[in-house]
Amino acid sequence: MTLSTRHLLGIKDLNAQDISLILQTAQQFKEVLQRPIKKVPSLRDITIVNLFFENSTRTRISFELAEKRLSADTISFSASGSSVSKGETLLDTVNNILSMKVDMVVMRHSASGAPHFLAKHIPAAIINAGDGINEHPTQALLDAFSMQEKFGSLQGLKVAIIGDIMHSRVAQSNIYLLSKMGAEVVVCGPPTLIPKYIAQAFDVRVEYNLQKTLEWCDVANVLRIQLERQNQVLFSSLREYNLAYGISKNILNGLSKSVTIMHPGPINRGVELDSDVADSDQSIILQQVENGVAVRMAVLYLLANRTN
Amino acid sequence: MKSILNQQQIQLTIKRLANQIIEDHTDLYQTVLIGIQPRGIYFSDRVVAEISAEIGSATINYGKLDITFYRDDLRTGIHVPNKTSIDFSIEGKKVILIDDVLYTGRTIRASLDALMDFGRPEKVELVVLIDRRYSRQLPIQPDYIGKSIDSIVSQKVKVLWQERDGKDEVVLLDE
Repeated sequence: MTLSTRHLLGIKDLNAQDISLILQTAQQFKEVLQRPIKKVPSLRDITIVNLFFENSTRTRISFELAEKRLSADTISFSASGSSVSKGETLLDTVNNILSMKVDMVVMRHSASGAPHFLAKHIPAAIINAGDGINEHPTQALLDAFSMQEKFGSLQGLKVAIIGDIMHSRVAQSNIYLLSKMGAEVVVCGPPTLIPKYIAQAFDVRVEYNLQKTLEWCDVANVLRIQLERQNQVLFSSLREYNLAYGISKNILNGLSKSVTIMHPGPINRGVELDSDVADSDQSIILQQVENGVAVRMAVLYLLANRTN
Repeated sequence: MKSILNQQQIQLTIKRLANQIIEDHTDLYQTVLIGIQPRGIYFSDRVVAEISAEIGSATINYGKLDITFYRDDLRTGIHVPNKTSIDFSIEGKKVILIDDVLYTGRTIRASLDALMDFGRPEKVELVVLIDRRYSRQLPIQPDYIGKSIDSIVSQKVKVLWQERDGKDEVVLLDE
């Protein structure tokens, strides 16, 4: 069994079988991470470059750890402090790096479609670590892995994605993945932060009432308000957002059931998620981060074989 | 197609191997048995069942090891991993690796690498149901052998198990 793609540009390009294969492989890597020696020699002959044109803590550390746990050689690059600031184009930067014999590229970029563009022009396998407001496939995979771990299966699972749907690549990747795997998805947030035609474009339901959404779902994946991507005023204040869509202990206590809380990070405490919710035992936020390494190991492992 | 072992012979062979292991490992508390995924598990399950029937089950440490991530041919094709479960320490223990067929020795080489990531065993031994002798590509030999056979590269040894294939039998296939 192999993946149907050479690159991981987005969940959009994967089929259900690919997703299952990645999740199943990740499970074995999670076991590797419990061993006294948390490292396997699988990618000893592979060199990976991490190109981060946009800030990142979790994703970058997670990818770097995953690569090291697989024994790959790695180079990390961030746009600040590189020749990008001297006016070099993306393609030139990458081609220069590839001429030093690199097999795989992990890239984060603020422009949607940047990894797709690269995939058309260079021979290395490309893994999208987040491109603009398009996709963040490994985040969706680790979210799926964490949900599967908690609930056993994604089939029929009721997942609410709450917050800034408009600017969220995490939301888009999650929606693709969850509908391919047979979960039910509701997106919830203020009308200004939900794309107008989302219900027609995707297999999702739109809900504007937070209370009703939480009462319906098994899992709430809460997103960050991405102020850096908003170029107009979409809600009046963070305080107002918190009152209408922030998840507090109070709301959760008022529900007739326990909802699992997820968040891709970084959390804006007191905006989309209150501190006592983020730190409660309903939250699996830190498990998500832990699973991220195993999932990224699976992706790198499954794609590494294609580079020759 | 040639039959190498039939159901009754397999049963007797497993009984004999189990008894040899018990004979050499009087203190089974210091010994751990590890089956190699995926196909060695059917055989190791039987061997372990036989040993526990013989001595009473309480003291056996039995684990399963997947070697996919340690293979030396990862660049030539993708291999989907199976589950590894070794939920005890192998540090200072005598480890008995169990696999169905020993051929080139490459699987065992990978198993040894994988095993060392779990700790430093005092000793590692190897049990195989079928030893395809004179076809090793690495200097690896079994300590307990069900049956040694002579075969050529174009032939294939197939081990059938009741649980999976409906009957116990070992056959030699000509390709």
